[in-house]
Order: sequence, then structure tokens, then C-alpha cells
Amino acid sequence: MAWTRDQMAARAARELQDGFYGNLGIGIPTLVANYIPEGVEVTLQSENGMLGMGPFPFEGEEDADLINAGKQTITELAASSYFSSADSFAMIRGGHIDLSILGAMQVAANGDLANWMVPGKMVKGMGGAMDLVAGVKRVVIVMEHTEKSGAPKLVKACSLPLTGQSVVDLVVTDLAVFEVNRGRSPLRLIELADGVTLDEVRAKTEASFEAAAA
Amino acid sequence: MADKVRKDAVQALDGLLFDGMTIMAGGFGLCGIPENLIAAIRAHGVKDLTVISNNCGIDGFGLGVLLENRQIRKMISSYVGENKLFEQLYLSGELELEFNPQGTLAERIRAGGAGIPAFFTKTGVGTLVAEGKEVREFDGELYVMERGLTADLAIIKADVGDTAGNLVFRKTARNFNPMMATAGAKTVVEVERLVAPGELDKDHIHTPGIYVDAIFEGAAFEKRIERVTTRPRAVEGAGAGGDV
Repeated sequence: MAWTRDQMAARAARELQDGFYGNLGIGIPTLVANYIPEGVEVTLQSENGMLGMGPFPFEGEEDADLINAGKQTITELAASSYFSSADSFAMIRGGHIDLSILGAMQVAANGDLANWMVPGKMVKGMGGAMDLVAGVKRVVIVMEHTEKSGAPKLVKACSLPLTGQSVVDLVVTDLAVFEVNRGRSPLRLIELADGVTLDEVRAKTEASFEAAAA
Repeated sequence: MADKVRKDAVQALDGLLFDGMTIMAGGFGLCGIPENLIAAIRAHGVKDLTVISNNCGIDGFGLGVLLENRQIRKMISSYVGENKLFEQLYLSGELELEFNPQGTLAERIRAGGAGIPAFFTKTGVGTLVAEGKEVREFDGELYVMERGLTADLAIIKADVGDTAGNLVFRKTARNFNPMMATAGAKTVVEVERLVAPGELDKDHIHTPGIYVDAIFEGAAFEKRIERVTTRPRAVEGAGAGGDV
């Protein structure tokens, strides 16, 4: 059985270590906040200018001046702080954030990432994604293993415009977990989802990879 | 001392608007946008604008109203996904668009306001963003050169300001507002509360008054929320960011 979105998020959450400052992207990465392991304290950054993101507010307590990068209402915590977008990205680009968990359209064996643009379709913009992958110490991607069409998303080389070159450290899909290591070592499968076979993963992956002894 | 206080948005913008000008507008999504100033620019009708803003509002609110009135010729933004009319105008060629990574946009504005004409960043190296720009190696890593950004006018929203133009922002409504306040040839600010000098804690002022040319207390603030997201009262201590 392939992993569900929540199981993928839970697996990605295991990359968070106690004391980390982290940034979560929109979509499945947002779910990661629900699976932070017991005993691990993580400070979440929101790139529109906040450290220490709290949970969603109770109904009736929303504050128009307090939103996350996905424009959802949120709350603050006792240790939260606010700052400008320039300070926020100085934090990101200056290498002060430990981990970023993002979604993707394609990841290549060399760690290239494409997640912002499909030529010929309306382009919404890259937002903070290019800054995050260029500056954050460790970049974890959470994505479905294939497109809805069945086309592989873990590819030899990205055909879509890049978000960053050799920036991905780890990929969690619904079928498996891969160590990418920014292309400094060969792509390596390190975990299979329960009940998923190596043959199935090979059939659905364009990039060639090594498999860790299971 | 020059009197910076104006009675409303129309008076604050008097003599500052001209066709073809470049305007920076503070805000992230609909959070911290100068809604009174945007309404006054819409009413004025000034056109062929280049607008520098992280987003372009939504259909019918924020900068979206200037799109509807066909006043914007070009947008410099990082993300415009919330706007259907934007898509339509862009695809029909009526609207020009320059995408900047969000951090590059913020830093370009900060640099522009600080008199720094260009800087190098790792963001965008090897992507479409770096096309046509100088790439240089520093300490074994590649960086792309980005230019500082200034504007004819910056329109800013702050929470509280004093009559000398000192500003305090509130929570995530700060976003692009402080940098933009420094990068406009003229900077006009709307505040929810205008106070006398001395009422703000001088150690807690985010933007010093030197950057502000005109300030007024907004008559009304709609402060629309783009995505109201809540959690049920029964669940205590749900994870940060919560379930979507």
C-alpha cells in the first residue's frame, strides 16, 4: 500500500530535530506540522515575516494582520517574533534556517528541483521557493511518486524550468524515500512504503538509483 | 518643520500621481495593504502604472481594483496566483509581468532604499531568473547580480504612526512595508491610528519618520482576510499551522 498524504507528512516530520528552525511549504508540507515527533521542539518560520507560528485560531478569533505564507489565518506563541520580508529572507538566504520541506513537480537525480512553472500554462510565480532552496541548510521534498498521468516525477533531468540547481537533499514520495544529497552521491532508495516493492518503484521512476540493502 | 499630516488619501496623493509612473505598494496578499491609498489611486484614474508589489490583490479588492480599471501596465511581483483577471490580462498581452523570487524582491527594494545599486545572491542561479544577468563566483559558489529597486511613489500601511512620520507595524502586516517606505522618491503612509510625537516608544519604532513624506489616518479599514482558517474549540494544542 502506498503511503497516504498524512503518512508522507509523518515520514517527512521525522527529519525535524529538536531545536530546529524550519519552513514548511504549501500542500502536503503544511501537514507536517501535525506530525512533529513527541519531545521534538521546532520553531516554524513563515516567510511573510514570523518566527514561531502557532496553530489556526479558534473561530471568531481570526486576526487580519496575522497570516501565514499561504494567506491562512494563524496565531502566535509566547516566543514568536515578527519582522519584515527583507529580514525574513535574510534569515532564509543567510543559511539560518535548518530545514525546508517543499512540494515538487520534478526532482532530478542530481538534486535539481522544478516546482514553480509549467510553460504554456498560467504561471503563478515562484514566491519564496527559489530563496528557500538556495539558502536553507537542508531541503526535503514531499511529492507523489508520479503525475496523475503516470509520468515519473523523479527524473534523469528536469524538463520543467528549474527552481534551483542541485538543491534537494531528500525526497519522500507515496512509494519510497530517496537520499539525493544534492547530487554529490548517486541517487539512493533508503526506504520503501509498507507493501511497496522495489520492482514497482523501479517501474515508476525514470532516474536510475541504488537501493540500500533492505 | 514640514507638516506631513494630511486629512485623507486624496490630499496625501495630491500632485504625486502621473501617467507612466512606478508605484511600490506594501502588503502580502491582502495583509498590510494600503487600502485607502489604492482606492484613491483608482478614483484618480492615473494609468500606465508599473506596480511593484509581492502580489496583485484579488479580484475586486486590493491592487485587483487597479487591474479592473486597466490602470496597471506592468507588475513586478513574486506570486500572482490569487487573481483570475490578472491571468486573463496577462495572457491577452495587456499586462506585462516580471517575476522576482520573493527574497530577491525584498532585498532589491531594501538595497534601492539604501543607495545600493546592485548585489549578488545565490537565489535563482541556473534558473530563468538568472537569464541575461551577470553571474560571478565568490569563494567557489555562483551568485547572480540583482539590481536595487526604487519607485516614484511608495504607498504604505502601518498600524500606528505619529505626526513626524515615525511608524509601527503590527504582526505579519509589516511584510514589505518597511523596505518600500525607504525606496520611494515620495512615501505616503496610511495608519489606523495617528498619534502625537512622544506617544510611541522610541525604541520600538520600525520605520523612522525621515522616510515618510505624508501621513494620514485612514477613514475606514476593511482588512479583508483571504483564507479564514480556524480549528475546532475541542482540540487543544493542535500542531503549529494545524490541519488544512
